[in-house]
Amino acid sequence: MDNLLSIVTFTPLIAALILAVFLRGEDEAAQRNAKWLALGATSFTFLVSLFVLTGFDPSNTEFQFVEEREWIAGLTYKVGVDGISVLFVMLTTFLMPLVIAACWDVTHRVKDYMVALLVLEGLMIGVFVALDLILFYLFFEAGLIPMFLIIGIWGGKDRIYASFKFFLYTLLGSALMLVAMVYMAIDAQTTDIAQLLDHDFDFAPLNALGLEVVGGVQTLLWLAFFASFAVKMPMWPVHTWLPDAHVQAPTAGSVVLAAILLKMGGYGFLRFSLPMFPVGSEVMGPLVLWLSAIAIVYASLVAMMQDDMKKLIAYSSVAHMGFVTMGIFAANQQGVDGAIFQMISHGFISGALFLCVGVVYDRMHTREITAYGGLVNRMPAYALIFMLFTMANVGLPGTSGFVGEFLTLVGVFQANTWVALVACTGVILSAAYALWLYRRVVFGDLIKESLRSITDLTAREKAIFAPLVFFTILLGVYPALVTDIIGPSVAQLVANYDIATADLVLTRDVAAAE
Amino acid sequence: MNAADLELILPEIVLSIFAMGALLGAVYTSKDALTRPLIWATAAVLAVVAFMIAVGGETGTGFNGMIVKDGFAQFAQVVILLSAAFVLVMGQDYMARTGLLKFEYPILIVLACIGMMVMVSSGNLLTLYMGLELQSLSLYVVASMRRDDVKSTEAGLKYFVLGALSSGLLLYGISLTYGYAGTLDYAGVVAAAADGDIALGLLFGLVFMIAGLAFKVSAAPFHMWTPDVYEGSPTPITAFFATAPKVAAMCLFARVVHDAFGGVVADWQQVVALVCVLSMFVGAIAAIGQRDIKRLMAYSSIAHMGYALMGLAAGTSQGVEAMLLYMTIYVVMNIGTFAFILAMTRDGMDATDIASLNQLSKSRPGAALALLVLMFSLAGIPPTLGFFAKYYVLTAAVDAGLVWLAVLGVIASVIGAFYYLRIVFYMYFGSEEGQLDQGMPALQMGALVAAAILMLALFPDLLGLEPAAALAADALVN
Repeated sequence: MDNLLSIVTFTPLIAALILAVFLRGEDEAAQRNAKWLALGATSFTFLVSLFVLTGFDPSNTEFQFVEEREWIAGLTYKVGVDGISVLFVMLTTFLMPLVIAACWDVTHRVKDYMVALLVLEGLMIGVFVALDLILFYLFFEAGLIPMFLIIGIWGGKDRIYASFKFFLYTLLGSALMLVAMVYMAIDAQTTDIAQLLDHDFDFAPLNALGLEVVGGVQTLLWLAFFASFAVKMPMWPVHTWLPDAHVQAPTAGSVVLAAILLKMGGYGFLRFSLPMFPVGSEVMGPLVLWLSAIAIVYASLVAMMQDDMKKLIAYSSVAHMGFVTMGIFAANQQGVDGAIFQMISHGFISGALFLCVGVVYDRMHTREITAYGGLVNRMPAYALIFMLFTMANVGLPGTSGFVGEFLTLVGVFQANTWVALVACTGVILSAAYALWLYRRVVFGDLIKESLRSITDLTAREKAIFAPLVFFTILLGVYPALVTDIIGPSVAQLVANYDIATADLVLTRDVAAAE
Repeated sequence: MNAADLELILPEIVLSIFAMGALLGAVYTSKDALTRPLIWATAAVLAVVAFMIAVGGETGTGFNGMIVKDGFAQFAQVVILLSAAFVLVMGQDYMARTGLLKFEYPILIVLACIGMMVMVSSGNLLTLYMGLELQSLSLYVVASMRRDDVKSTEAGLKYFVLGALSSGLLLYGISLTYGYAGTLDYAGVVAAAADGDIALGLLFGLVFMIAGLAFKVSAAPFHMWTPDVYEGSPTPITAFFATAPKVAAMCLFARVVHDAFGGVVADWQQVVALVCVLSMFVGAIAAIGQRDIKRLMAYSSIAHMGYALMGLAAGTSQGVEAMLLYMTIYVVMNIGTFAFILAMTRDGMDATDIASLNQLSKSRPGAALALLVLMFSLAGIPPTLGFFAKYYVLTAAVDAGLVWLAVLGVIASVIGAFYYLRIVFYMYFGSEEGQLDQGMPALQMGALVAAAILMLALFPDLLGLEPAAALAADALVN
C-alpha cells in the first residue's frame, strides 16, 4: 500500500463529506447515526494508522511512506513521515475516537459537530504528514476554520469573542510565515521539504532598516516562522488567546486544542526552524530559552490563582509547552527527545484533564472551583482518575509527565544552566497549583447541597479514560517505546544542527575567551 | 484596412451586429415582453463568441497597430464574455421581481462587453479611449436603470460624474504622452521611453494615465465612487460591475504599463505599488464598519484590486500571470457570492443588511455552507482557491524583490479576514431574529454551489487555466 498516509488523512474528510451531504434531519435517530458514523470513521482511521506505525522503520532517518503527485501552482502534493512526525500522526488518530465518544451527550446540531471534528482531524493529520511547504501551510491554516466554528457554535457564554480572537490571533501569526515560505520557495527553487532540509539558506550578516542582523536571512526567516509557531504553541507573551479559547470551547474542542493543535507549533519548530535555519536558531536560541523559562514560572503562578478549572488547566498547558520550546532550542539529543516526549505525554494528560473537567461540567454546568468540594465522597472512581492525571501533570515519576520534564531539563542544563534552574522552580509551582486544585475539588466534606446527588463515572466515561490511563503509566515506566522511534531522527537532526552552527559557536567561544 | 483586419475583429463585429439587430427587433416588436428570451439569447451569443475566441481566435496586429489581438487579449476577452454571460442569466429573476426586465438591459451589457473587448486588445491610446468610453457609457446607463429610485439615479449620476473626471485625467495623460512621444501607438511610446530613460513630460503623462486607470479599477485613493454605485445600482448590475469591467480595466492597466511603458518598469512600479498598498488597506479597514452587504462587497473588491495590482507591481511576466489568475478566481468568487445576494429578500423585499443572514445555517444549510466556503475564499484562507490566488501574487512580488509589499499584503489580509468572518458569524452564530425568506431560484443556487465547489476543488493546473494564463502573460510581456 503506497498511499497509506493519504488514506489516513482523507478518511475523516470523506466521512465528513458523506455526513454533510447524505445525512438529513435532526431527530434522535439521525443524531445517533452521525455519532456512530463519526466514531466508525475515526476508529477506522486509527486502525489504518497502526499499519503506518508497524511498517515504520525507526533506524531509517529518511522520510517513509512517501507519496508524490502533481498539484496546483507548480507545487506538489507530497506526504511522508519520519521519526519526528510519525508519533504525532498516531497521537491524533488515537485521540480522535475518544474525543468523539466524549461528546456523545451533545444534542445541539450534532451532525454539524461531527462534520467539524472529522474535518479537523483530517487537517491535523495533514499538517504532520505534509512534505510540501505550501501543503503544510494549507493544512496548518485550514484547521482554523473548523476550530473557529466549534468554539463559535458549541462554545460557552463568550464564545463569539473567543472564536474571533482565536482565529485572528493565529492568522496574524501565520501571515508572516507565508511570506517567508514564498521567499524560501524562490530562494531554493523548490517547495519540497526534504530538499529544503538540505538547502543552505544564506546567513551572512545583513542590514535591515539600519539594524545589523546577525545570521542574516536565516534569522529573518526564523523570526517569521517563530511568529507563527510561538502563537500556536503558545509561548509567553503571545499566549493570551489560549485561556479564552479553552474556557469557551466545548469539552471536545478543548481536548483537541490542548492535545493536538498546540503540538503543531512544536512540530513546526522541529520541522522548519531548527533544521532549516540552524544559524538563526543558534542566534535566537537564548531568547527562546528565556521566554520559555518565563512562561513556565509566570503561567504556573497565574494558574495558581484561577477560579475556573478550565482556565487553570489552560495556563498549566502554557507552562508545559514552555518545557517543550526550551527542550527544542537546547538543541541536543536529550532536549529534543524530551520535547517530543513531553508533547506526546501532554497530549494524553491535558486531554484527560479537560475530559475530567468535562465530566463534572456535564453534571453541574459550572467550572467554578468553589462550586465543588468533597467529590471523593460521591465519585470515588472519578477521584482516582483525576488524581492520576493530576499527578501526571505535576510530573510524578512513574507517569509520562515526569520523563518529558526530566529529559528537557537535562537537555537545557547542558545548554544554559541558569535557565534550567529557573525552569526547575516551575516543577514545584506545578505541584502547588495542581494539588491545590485537586484538594479544593475532590477532598473535604461534601457540604454543597447541589452536589449531593452527583453521580460517578458512567461506563462510557470509564472506557474513554481507560486507554489514556494505560498510556500515561506505560510511557512513564517504559519511555523507550517513544524514544526508540524518535531517537535516530532526532540524532540526525541534532548532528546536522551541530555541523551547521559549528562556525558560529566557535567564533562566539573565541570572542568570549578574549 | 483589409480583409485580414476585419477577420481579426470578427468577434467584435458579430457582437455589434447582434446588439444592433436585437435593438431594432425589440423596438419594432413586443418590446419588454421578450426580454427573458433575449437575455438567454444574449448569454448564449456571448458564450459562443467566447468559445470562438478560445478555440480558434485569430491572433495578430491589425489596423496599422491599432488593435493587438494576442494571447493576453484573448484570455481577458474570454473571461469577460463568460462572466458577463453568467451574470446576465443569473440576474434575470431579480430583474423580473423588481420590474426591471427591460430589453435595453442585455443590449447595453453587450455594448459594454464590446467596449471591454476593444480595451483589452488596444494597441493605440485612441483605441484604448474608444473602448473605455463605449464601456463606461453603457455602464452609466445600466447603473441608473431603476429610474424612479433615488439611490439608483444617484448611483448613475455619481458614476457618470466621477467616470467623466477619470476619463479627463486619462485624456490629459494621453495628450501629454502624445506630446512627448510624438505618437499614440504603444509601439512608438515604448520606443520613446526605452531603457529606463524617460522624459519628464512622459512621466507626467504616465502618472495621469495610471490615475485614470486606477479610477476604472476602483483602486484607492480613487475608489470613492465604488461603495455608492455598488449600493445604489440594482443588484444584478452590481454583480456585473464587480466582475467583467474589473477584469477589463485591470487587463487594460497591464496592457498600458507593459506595452507602452515596458521599458521603464522601475518608474511605474513604485506608483503601482503605492496604489496597491493603499487599496489593500482601505478595502480591509473601511469594510469593517459596513452593515450593507453590497457596500461590503464594494470595499472587498477594492481590497482585491489591491492584490491584483500586487501582481502587476512585480513588473514581470510571472506577475501578469498571477494577476490574470487572481482576477479569474476573483470573478468566480464574486459570481457565486452575488448569486446569493440576489436572492436575499425578507417578506419579498430586498434585504441587504448583513444581520439578515442570521442563522442562515439553520434555515438553509446548503446555501450557508457554500457561502461559508466563498467567504473564506475571499478572505484568502486555505484550502480555498482564494488562498492560491494570493499565493500567486505574493510569489510574483517576492520574486521581483518586493518583500515589503508582500508583508504589507498579508497583514492587510488578516485585517480583511475580520469582516468576512463576521458574515460567517451571522450565518452560524447569529440570533434568531430577522431571518431571510426561504427559497432561492435554482439558477442562483446552482451558481452559488458551483462557485463554492470550484473554490474547494484543487484541480492540478486549475483545469488548464494556469498554462493558459502563463501563455497570455508571455504574449504581453515578451
